[in-house]
Amino acid sequence: MGKHVLLVEDEPNIIEAIRFILTRDGWRVSTHSDGVDAAAVIRAAAPDVVVLDVMLPGRSGFEILQELRATEATRALPVLMLTARSQARDREMAERYGASRFLTKPFANTEIVAALREMAGL
Amino acid sequence: MSRSALTGSRIRERRMLGGVKQADLARQVGVSASYLNLIEHNRRRIGDALLRQIAEALGVEAAVLTEGAEAALLDGLRDAAAVAAEGGADGEAPELDRIEEFVGRFPGWARLLSARHGRVALLERTVAALSDRIAHDPVLSSALHEVLSALTGVRSAAAILADTEDLEPEWRLRFQGNLSADADRLALGAEALVAYLDGPAGTETALASPLEEVEGWLAARGHHLPEVETGAATADALIGGAFDTLSARRIAAALVERYAADAQRLPLVPFRAALAAAAGDPAAVAAHFGVDLAAVLRRVASLPEQAGAGLVICDGAGALTFRKPTEGFGLPRFGAGCPLWPLYQALSRPMVPLRATVEMAGRTPRRYRTYAICQQVRPAGFDAPQVLEATMLVLPETGAKTGPAEPVGPTCRICPREACPARREPSILMEEF
Repeated sequence: MGKHVLLVEDEPNIIEAIRFILTRDGWRVSTHSDGVDAAAVIRAAAPDVVVLDVMLPGRSGFEILQELRATEATRALPVLMLTARSQARDREMAERYGASRFLTKPFANTEIVAALREMAGL
Repeated sequence: MSRSALTGSRIRERRMLGGVKQADLARQVGVSASYLNLIEHNRRRIGDALLRQIAEALGVEAAVLTEGAEAALLDGLRDAAAVAAEGGADGEAPELDRIEEFVGRFPGWARLLSARHGRVALLERTVAALSDRIAHDPVLSSALHEVLSALTGVRSAAAILADTEDLEPEWRLRFQGNLSADADRLALGAEALVAYLDGPAGTETALASPLEEVEGWLAARGHHLPEVETGAATADALIGGAFDTLSARRIAAALVERYAADAQRLPLVPFRAALAAAAGDPAAVAAHFGVDLAAVLRRVASLPEQAGAGLVICDGAGALTFRKPTEGFGLPRFGAGCPLWPLYQALSRPMVPLRATVEMAGRTPRRYRTYAICQQVRPAGFDAPQVLEATMLVLPETGAKTGPAEPVGPTCRICPREACPARREPSILMEEF
């Protein structure tokens, strides 16, 4: 069984593409699309790595990341932040709140695979 | 280095400009050429009497030699050096200890360098402002998000189709469908973005509507007009040639005249005192001065210390006729706002003051205290149409989120509240393709 990645993203086609490429790369992929309960879902799923979109319905990815970093169980969980904007402000916020990596949309499939492999120590 | 040192360089510059030999000038003012040489090279301080003599001999005012326009120039150059140091500029650092000598000996180069630095700073501010617009303009931000999300879908699906040799037919069909849907979505998103950036067709300027021109003009003044407060300027004098279009001038004139009327009824000093005594309750302030509530709401939003307060005014049809934005409370550039705004609730209940705490949907939901009232624009007359106007003051709440808050959004098109009962059109944030 491969490493477990939890993808928190609300764009169906992006979810499908990422799920496809990661599954073929040997990952076990689960997904979640709502920001409101994302932190609880992540804690319950206890994945090896999280891919977290910044712009989610109900709650921003930054708020979710803050909660993860404030919780003992998820304080060191590798989190790859995705954003559709390349502004320095978003990048700074991601770094300030403790994102492990940061990827700007539109990213290449190979980029996300390489980032996750590195984060999971593969 | 003192100003007297710079004076020596200026004397030298002026003398050389006038084609006067150092020895001749020295003889004329009764000093030795070697002493004048020391003065010109900033190695001797010059006394007032000798300065006056030299100035007279060179045909300039003494102040030109002692003061000149170099102060601003020096500030500009020092700023340029500081910025270069902050940016970790490569190479040798500017010789700040010789900056006055530089200005004195090479005024043309100094002015050029300072002007270039000023230009760079202006461009950097422009870039920052545009970047800020992307960050804070909810429509632009969402439109970009839509385009980039669709582009991500296109890129991922295209790469899967191109790079996966053993792709099963079922998956191939699926990603081809996704690719097609995302391509359509991308085209629509790009079209919407271009339409937004181009502005509505038929306006007198491609960059902004007349109302936006006026809003920009007011924003540049912090929505506070001291000249009007003191009665020192009329609306016409204040507006002057500030606007290119007649529409903008008319809108601005109406707003300034209303501002003047509000300032007259609610003078600044007693108004601030009454507002403080009423603990910020606009209704109590209105009762204190015997004025309508909308005037108090407008007045609060015009106070310099209330720069963070937003104000929205709409007519009886719900069209926004005035927008003073407040951070995080999305105000649509075109069309109506969220039907759940107290502004529109007030419209359906004329003359009933409404106070509500609202929570604006967004990446980071924020709370605001709102005060709204709908009033007749002018006194009602028999057989005359009733013209209504609603006004809403929006004050950001600080501290912990406590108590209930009414959920609202910016405008349906970019609102993520999918199940909102007041939704009039789908949001681009949740459309499925």
